[in-house]
Amino acid sequence: MKNSVRKSSKNLRGQLTQFLGFLVLRLSVCFILFILLYFFYDIFINGHQTISWEFLSQPPRKGMTEGGIFPAIFGTFLVTLITTAIAVPLGMAAAIYLNEYARTDRLTRLIRLSIRNLAGVPSVVYGLFGVILFVNLLKLGTSVLSAGLTLALLTLPWTITASEEALKTVPDSYREGALALGATKWQMIRTNVLPYSLPGMLTGAILGLARAAGETAPIMFTGAAFYLPFLPASLRDQFMALPYHLYIMATQHHAIDKARPLAYGTALVLVVFVILFNLTAVILRSRLRGKWKN
Amino acid sequence: MVNTNLKTVGQTKILVENLNLFYGQKQVLENINLSIPENQVTAIIGPSGCGKSSFIRALNRMNDLIPEARIEGKILIDEENIYDRDIDLVALRKKVGMVFQKPNPFPKSIFDNVAYGLKIGSNHNRADLEKIVEKSLRQAAIWEEVKDRLNQNALKLSGGQQQRLCIARALAVEPEIILFDEPCSAIDPIATARVEELIHQLKTEFTVVIVTHNMQQAARISDFTAFLWLGELIEYDRTEKIFTNPANKLTEDYVTGRFG
Repeated sequence: MKNSVRKSSKNLRGQLTQFLGFLVLRLSVCFILFILLYFFYDIFINGHQTISWEFLSQPPRKGMTEGGIFPAIFGTFLVTLITTAIAVPLGMAAAIYLNEYARTDRLTRLIRLSIRNLAGVPSVVYGLFGVILFVNLLKLGTSVLSAGLTLALLTLPWTITASEEALKTVPDSYREGALALGATKWQMIRTNVLPYSLPGMLTGAILGLARAAGETAPIMFTGAAFYLPFLPASLRDQFMALPYHLYIMATQHHAIDKARPLAYGTALVLVVFVILFNLTAVILRSRLRGKWKN
Repeated sequence: MVNTNLKTVGQTKILVENLNLFYGQKQVLENINLSIPENQVTAIIGPSGCGKSSFIRALNRMNDLIPEARIEGKILIDEENIYDRDIDLVALRKKVGMVFQKPNPFPKSIFDNVAYGLKIGSNHNRADLEKIVEKSLRQAAIWEEVKDRLNQNALKLSGGQQQRLCIARALAVEPEIILFDEPCSAIDPIATARVEELIHQLKTEFTVVIVTHNMQQAARISDFTAFLWLGELIEYDRTEKIFTNPANKLTEDYVTGRFG
């Protein structure tokens, strides 16, 4: 007997189920894309007229109804820089310890579980914690340093988790091979594990930082100012930041109609800032990855 | 009774005494006693899961990497027990090199792969490095194939070339013993023949221990053969004796292919 392999009514049911299944998946993707694109569209349409060289390079004027947002751009840059300097090395070091050195016992599992849980703590809680620890206890005051440290805490769980995942992608055969040639554990990690996991580590770090750059709650108690006529001159000064500025322009301003276009302009700058961040991560990853993978 | 006393064949390089190995509660090696002679090829054969790989990984303490592994007994290399407290693992692994089942070149250039063990060990100048890299690649019979592309990524080589590169990498640190853990199981027959020929030549300078599930391979390249079964050493003797006139019925059944 020879069975035909053409489509026929006998397997119609299967084909129909498959068609409907794919349809649901396609619609889900379209739905998510639509929301994302509409969001960008709205911000761009309402914000792009505000963008000018003056808007990007001048401080706000006349009770923040005119002028630009330069102090907020500068402040966000500065606070992100501080966050990076603390969260990235610390997160990588913690991940190296957890993945390469720590034994897999109950304590390590508990530490890992805590880190995962910290990633889910609302950012406003980090803000209040920052006030208690950095502003009051360590007497750093409401400053760009306190805000940077608070954001670093917020980013750490992400940096650690991403770095650990990156370390896990390095095959154990590289570790065994290095040890079998007489490498010490640290030599093995430094020369035969870190170089290959660095792209993943940096990508995770940048994505975490992008999130931190857009946070409002952790910085509004710890260092961000409503309005400052000058730029922070030291790490102990207060600063203006894009997300907090946006929050004020959108909800706290006395002349809401005059502030609206400025708010949209600020939103557009912030979104572009975050997109650039993520784009850097993507480019960095593909560049570095090409270096060691076929 | 297992014949572990092969004093007629020169110096003993590795002496295994009452070796027991456990992974957690499970015992994988039971009371192994064995003496491996210098400058000879010793093959470890046996069916899958008999403990061959665990045994060979005990010889350079690679089992240390497995947290639940526990070892009892002694392994003496040149009369030093490598499980003593004051053993320097780095020195041990330089002395006892290893080639793994799956070729594991590092994602670096061919040159850097071979130079890896030298670079981490001490400061060599470039000229010395080049000399040793060339010597090792020649010894591993791969020099002619790669001499014009030493800066190329080693992952671009074929499986058989990768394995010979891994052998060159192990040779470069000038070990005294080389362990091969089923080195041909992931490469094709022609590449296998080259690696076998190479192993056969290596014994003039090195003591070779090879784990294999391929009995013909053991018969072709080894001087001594140990047959492991369910974690126990069933028989250990000269290779021709094991394959032509084994003392144990189990060995005979295995080498004649009645089970495996």
